[in-house]
Amino acid sequence: MTPTRKSFVARNPSVLYFLAALGLFTAIVAVLSEASGVGLISTSFVKTLGKTLCLCLVAIAMDVVWGYCGILSLGHFAFFGIGGYAIGMWLMYARTEIIVIDSLAGQVIPPTPQEVSDAIGNQIFGVVGSSEFPLLWAFADHLWIQLALVVLVPGLLALVFGWLAFRSRVTGVYLSILTQAMTLALALYLFQNDSGLRGNNGLSGLQNIPGFDDTGQDVVSIAFFLTSAAALALGYLLFAWITDSKLGNIIQAIRDDESRVRFLGYHVESYKLFVFTLTAVIAGIAGALYYPQAGIINPAEIAPIASIYLAVWVAIGGRGRLYGAVIGAAVVSLLSSWFTGGGAPSVDLGFYVINWVDWWLVLLGLTFVAVTLFAPQGIGGLFDKLVRKS
Amino acid sequence: MMRLVFGMILMLLSAVSVAAQDLQALLQTHADEVAKPSRRSVSVMLDDLVASGLPQVPVFLEEWAGRNVWQDDATGLFYIGAEEGDALIIRDVDTGDETSVDAGGFTQLRPNGGVRRVIGTALVQFQLSDPDPARRQAALESIARRGEAEQLAPLIASLEGEADAGIRARKEQLITFLTARFSEDTAARVTAIETLAADTSVEARAVLSQILATTDEVAETLPDVNIAELYDPADAPEASYQILVDAGLAPALVSAGDIRAALEANIAEGRVGTVPVASLNTDAAREDAYAALARADLVPPLVTQDDVAAALQSHVFFAQYVETDTAVTQAARATLDTVETRVGWAQTVDMTLDGLSLASIYFLAAIGLAITFGQMGVINMAHGEFIMMGAYTGYVVQLFVPDYTVSILVALPLAFALTFGAGVAMERLIIRHLYHRPLETLLATFGISIALQQIAKNIFGTQARPLTSPDWLSGAWVISDVIQISTIRIAIFVMALIFLVALLYILKRTRLGLEVRAVTQNPGMAASMGINPDRINMLTFGLGSGIAGVAGVAIGLYAKVTSEMGADYIVQSFMTVVVGGVGNVWGTLAGAGLIGFLQKGIEFLNPSNTLAAQTYMILFIILFIQFRPKGIVAPKGRAAAD
Repeated sequence: MTPTRKSFVARNPSVLYFLAALGLFTAIVAVLSEASGVGLISTSFVKTLGKTLCLCLVAIAMDVVWGYCGILSLGHFAFFGIGGYAIGMWLMYARTEIIVIDSLAGQVIPPTPQEVSDAIGNQIFGVVGSSEFPLLWAFADHLWIQLALVVLVPGLLALVFGWLAFRSRVTGVYLSILTQAMTLALALYLFQNDSGLRGNNGLSGLQNIPGFDDTGQDVVSIAFFLTSAAALALGYLLFAWITDSKLGNIIQAIRDDESRVRFLGYHVESYKLFVFTLTAVIAGIAGALYYPQAGIINPAEIAPIASIYLAVWVAIGGRGRLYGAVIGAAVVSLLSSWFTGGGAPSVDLGFYVINWVDWWLVLLGLTFVAVTLFAPQGIGGLFDKLVRKS
Repeated sequence: MMRLVFGMILMLLSAVSVAAQDLQALLQTHADEVAKPSRRSVSVMLDDLVASGLPQVPVFLEEWAGRNVWQDDATGLFYIGAEEGDALIIRDVDTGDETSVDAGGFTQLRPNGGVRRVIGTALVQFQLSDPDPARRQAALESIARRGEAEQLAPLIASLEGEADAGIRARKEQLITFLTARFSEDTAARVTAIETLAADTSVEARAVLSQILATTDEVAETLPDVNIAELYDPADAPEASYQILVDAGLAPALVSAGDIRAALEANIAEGRVGTVPVASLNTDAAREDAYAALARADLVPPLVTQDDVAAALQSHVFFAQYVETDTAVTQAARATLDTVETRVGWAQTVDMTLDGLSLASIYFLAAIGLAITFGQMGVINMAHGEFIMMGAYTGYVVQLFVPDYTVSILVALPLAFALTFGAGVAMERLIIRHLYHRPLETLLATFGISIALQQIAKNIFGTQARPLTSPDWLSGAWVISDVIQISTIRIAIFVMALIFLVALLYILKRTRLGLEVRAVTQNPGMAASMGINPDRINMLTFGLGSGIAGVAGVAIGLYAKVTSEMGADYIVQSFMTVVVGGVGNVWGTLAGAGLIGFLQKGIEFLNPSNTLAAQTYMILFIILFIQFRPKGIVAPKGRAAAD
């Protein structure tokens, strides 16, 4: 390190701006929410914002793996979903346990542990015609283990998959197709009724946090919102630090010319594997924060198209810059819910009325083509140009 | 002399009187049986009727079974009647003379279901020789549905006069079935059973299974009966014990629910016996409390694991053949084994055909990609939507052209033209700007893909649209009971073959193909040789897209046409190309074959779950690519460099 090397913040002014903006935004939302008594922002909108923050978190992970390391993974939303399932299992189990114990308390004789467990199994797996607890649920009653699984399962899956893929030098579009296949396999597996995760019913009722039954959803939603904001801030800091470090330089060099880095003596596969696994873990954490706010998770969420959307957000926001990913994810997902939620006014062309609920995807698709062709740096690129001019 | 003549006349007269003995008289001798038949006794009377050989008998029996026979209350005579308002048209059972009478004085005979079945059996022998082949056929089918021992003799008797070769063969088959099941002669049965070895039909297998029917039995010592199998009770202790309980040889198990109910019923002052209710929250505590109740004789005693083990130990469990003749069951068992081996082979052949047809569908879906992705290296995520466009073209053409054969013939070139145009437009407007950024091609074409999908949804709605195949494609080619394949799948197979040949021809034998390969290998050098790479890229992409459109028509005939149908095929199609080896049509064929057969194979092992089959198949492909990253047919030499 040369003595003239500037401090981390001086080299990355965007981090400070971003954290300041995020803090301000969080504070405003918290003050205006129903939980604080002002109520200018409805609880459901707080949830939407909280979910958006989680999507921003998975988007910056995607940006690191794609924008910085050049691996177009079409599997990161699968890791996001796995995180959601891992926490969802505990939420669903613990909540059902409370309900079951309540209902069994009316019995003349106190219930045995076996009876309680059978009743919970019936409640949870009745919809798929089973009442047995599959092996997957062995730790569902331990919050801490399930929290560890949020990190461990996506991490291990990414580690094994990445190790297999990178060591046989699967790169470029082939890797994209392979990750997409992995996502499809996972989604198809979860769609089965005997997967042990309730098939296409998925896990539901996740918005009810066990032990906080008396706390209103307004408070729960703001708590999750703040946690998501904190997670996004930490994730942003972590990724900014990684991409700024020497490791980050090597990663970007791999993106630009993998062979040259390999010939310089670096073990490219290890770097790629590290980035792939780390971003998968962050995606899992983002998912674990997202689904309690969404309330329900089902295999359709994991379908390959979701991962492609993730890439779309990052591309529209601007690859290779973390705030670009945040902007892309926030703008596209909020616009998307505005358009598909019927918020956008219909356009009357005289001979045809454009109803945005039907035409939003067409608009998004074409916008996306236009961005790829004319603004490969995305919104973030335009932003950079403006900053530089001023 | 006179006495002799007189005697002869007398004899003649009596003979005439016997021949002229009418059905009515015969019925009158059994009047009670006819009026109030019971299943047991009716057969005696039926034997008499059949033995009389009167031609009126089958008609009467049919009407009787059809509840159309009425009895005159005054005279006790039987008539065939039909109600017409208040009046009753009665027909004499012998002469067939019709009269209209008041229904008041007549009683309708209503033989019950059991009796009607017996009548039906008696009727079969008449129907078996009926001059109308359709009725003979119907009688045979009724025998095939419920074979009975009594049918065997009339069936054999009717064989002689049978003129129709088809019906004769069917009669012989049924005689074999009935002989195998009911003949009195063990040797005949065994022979009949052995001839069944050549017959893989479901019916023949059902006959063998019926002969081999068993019942599960339990006894203290093994009796001397025809035993199919001895069970080891340790394999399924609970089920075995349940058999004991059902046979009344052991007391029923007391379930956890029974224990709880018994405890609840015996609560007194917050206690069960001496145990406080609050402490009954474990199974052990509950069992102790229950045992205390049992000692006080308030509840049946608990059956412990030791009791169960002892009970299982002291009994033998076995399956016993309903059939008592050992020779017969042995022959049937051996024959069934042979037949099942043959059926197994037939199923393998059937599965191979299934795999072949699935492979041709994957091949059709992927062949366009083999050109755009395989030759040009362009990732076209909208490829599936081109397939969808082709299928919807077929649907729209059918709206205007009602004749299905003509409409398909119109739709195929139209779909090609349409998707060719779409492909060329896409290449000109988007893809050519992105040749050096393959990952972005993927995303841009994905944008096109979601836009096209949504536009299709806006135009055609979300429900599936039919693309009806012409009649000559809707049948199936039935080779045997086990092996059959629908004509549409054969057509798709043929189509895949045509595509393969056409594509190989275009790539290897035409000027265009030469230029395509030249541009693929080295665009700069190709350009310096006077080839216009832009034009070639455009045409190549158009060709690949056009083929996708034609494939869409074929796939639409077989699967449903929805706006999402393309998305169903896109991942599989890329897999097919990657597994096969990029840049090689043979590779795509090999990839489609591997994936098609693999999926059918996995489905065969786990038939209830096609989702699982797809999951395992994709996992297999991911692993496969680890070991052969360049696919089955890997490019060699310089072409393999990148």
